[in-house]
Amino acid sequence: MKKLLLVVLVFLAFPVLAETPEEKGLAIAREVDARDTGWGDFQAGMSMLLKNRHGEESLRQMRVKGLEVENDGDKSLIVFDQPRDVKGTALLTFSHKVKDDDQWLYLPALKRVKRIASRNKSGPFMGSEFAFEDLASQEVEKYTYKFIRDDELDGTPVFVMERYPVSKYSGYTRQLAWIDKARYIPLKIEFYDRKNSLLKVLVFRGYKQYLDKYWRADEMFMDNRQTGKSTLLTWKDYRFRTGLKDNDFTRNSLKRAR
Amino acid sequence: MWRNSPMQFVAWYCRRNNLWQGLAFAGALLLLLIPVQVCAWDVSGYLSVEGRGFLQQPLDSRQYDNDFSLALEPEFAREWDQGRQSFVFRPFARLDSKDDERSHWDIRELQWIYAGDGWETRLGIGKVYWGVTEAMHLVDIINQTDLVENIDGEDKLGQPMAKLSLERDWGTLDFFLLPYFRERSFPGVEGRPRSQPRIDPDLVFYESSREQKHLDYAARWSHYIGEWDIGLSYFHGTGRDPLFVPRRLRGGEIVLAPYYEIINQISLDLQATLGEWLWKLEIMQRDSDSDRFTAATGGFEYTRVGIFDSDADLGVVAEFMLDERGDEASTPFNHDLFAGLRWTANDAQSLEILFGAIVDWENGSTLVNLEASRRFGQNYLLSVQMRGWLDTDRQDLQYGFRQDDYVQVELARYF
Repeated sequence: MKKLLLVVLVFLAFPVLAETPEEKGLAIAREVDARDTGWGDFQAGMSMLLKNRHGEESLRQMRVKGLEVENDGDKSLIVFDQPRDVKGTALLTFSHKVKDDDQWLYLPALKRVKRIASRNKSGPFMGSEFAFEDLASQEVEKYTYKFIRDDELDGTPVFVMERYPVSKYSGYTRQLAWIDKARYIPLKIEFYDRKNSLLKVLVFRGYKQYLDKYWRADEMFMDNRQTGKSTLLTWKDYRFRTGLKDNDFTRNSLKRAR
Repeated sequence: MWRNSPMQFVAWYCRRNNLWQGLAFAGALLLLLIPVQVCAWDVSGYLSVEGRGFLQQPLDSRQYDNDFSLALEPEFAREWDQGRQSFVFRPFARLDSKDDERSHWDIRELQWIYAGDGWETRLGIGKVYWGVTEAMHLVDIINQTDLVENIDGEDKLGQPMAKLSLERDWGTLDFFLLPYFRERSFPGVEGRPRSQPRIDPDLVFYESSREQKHLDYAARWSHYIGEWDIGLSYFHGTGRDPLFVPRRLRGGEIVLAPYYEIINQISLDLQATLGEWLWKLEIMQRDSDSDRFTAATGGFEYTRVGIFDSDADLGVVAEFMLDERGDEASTPFNHDLFAGLRWTANDAQSLEILFGAIVDWENGSTLVNLEASRRFGQNYLLSVQMRGWLDTDRQDLQYGFRQDDYVQVELARYF
């Protein structure tokens, strides 16, 4: 809220000053973040349908819990249900704005909780076209920004902007994002690899509003333009403010997750 | 064997094993018989077929060359009270075509769990893992090793326990009461790989006059501070690692009798997660009537993600293993070095290959290990394992395995 206020004040105080594309990009990112603040916690089901270029399919199913943390990145707990050989495997992430995330993986066969290297940002999540960094908590500080142009996407007025990952461990040089001007939500993101060629295109579909405020897409379709593989990520049963606390995001709670 | 009714089965099981486990099993059966409408059981698990082929002549002509077995491990779980309470029942059984000792079954888990606000309690049979290293699990002591399953020591027998955990800002405290001791399983006369002479579990003896009923206890503090994960543990009771005493059977055969001492053990496990590097250390001191010694293992794991512009990761693992007892140690990994490579494809089939070797830097004995697995379709997992012993020295405890190089192929159907 403070950030939003600051942005508004800056606009009110200096209406005549010309804004650089970088400043405008950052302002849009802050507004996106500000409008998505205050949801508290959520629980949802998530599935991923992986498809290779021959059309062969593979399914992932998991349950996700998230907790908003003030002045830091969010906490999340992901428990796998499908494929069955990884059922009960769980991933606990404490994301941070600038420094590396803390991440623990629970291996149910051994009952072992293993702290893992969270710099594995660019690696595929569960063999899908989503990288860990695509699904991580999207903090403003994780990128720098540049406004490109005003445009329309399928008739919806959008800001087109670029963002550049701060971490050198990111798999991308840049991302090109189409942000809905009215709702401040991403509609489409293009990912450019380390050689700056188009790698993947992510399209958000079926946005629904929760708690009369927070927009969440039912579907996120990631299309890899270099390999012909794709992943359709589907969210279901979103529930907000379910009363989750810090205690639900501990290494012990990983072992209980099933 | 049993006939007809589940109660007869329970009675048979009580006779064959012990009353405590029998009653626990009866309890589990009763819970399972509750109509489905009342409880929503979450059922999962696997059924697997496994083949093992040994590449050389056995040292003992009674040992087999090729082996085939079936294993089943279903899990029945349910949650209620808004997730605060849960119950898990996970039996395991293996039917082996050659080795009677490897045909066995066990209750891996039979547990009631209550999760309070900042505390948790677990009652029943369960499994607990302590430690950070990959090759050797030095400080992990709560559960007994189910050695007939795999000599890597990662399969464990279910341990009866009462556990209380407290989660505070300054870390997690775990308290354990362990009222019943599980004997380690060993390959039978026909079994491979196995020691020479063989271990005869019927000749087991204990330091404590209460034998398996000695009440063991343990406590652990664990915490993470920034990049550091730390655990400090204490255990008192019947040591899980037996000592072996040679005995002559009536027929003249020499065998080894397992002897379990009462021990005190303190241990530390530590991991620093620094970018792509994981630095690990496990160290413990064990006290018993016969000995007092320190042992340690540690090293690093370095993972390079997205190698050669692919999705694959390549990890390098190197760990030392050191035991103050030297050649007198009850483990072959007393002055050894492990080096391994782990290749993870990160593909839809989760293809993974681990190759490594453990070399004794004093006597040169080398254990070579290759493990690979991948998924087929949505529910099948194929695993291949190869182990070989090279230049095994007479001084090394693996000397009995020197002819036991093997290939193991397992296909598991998960449900």
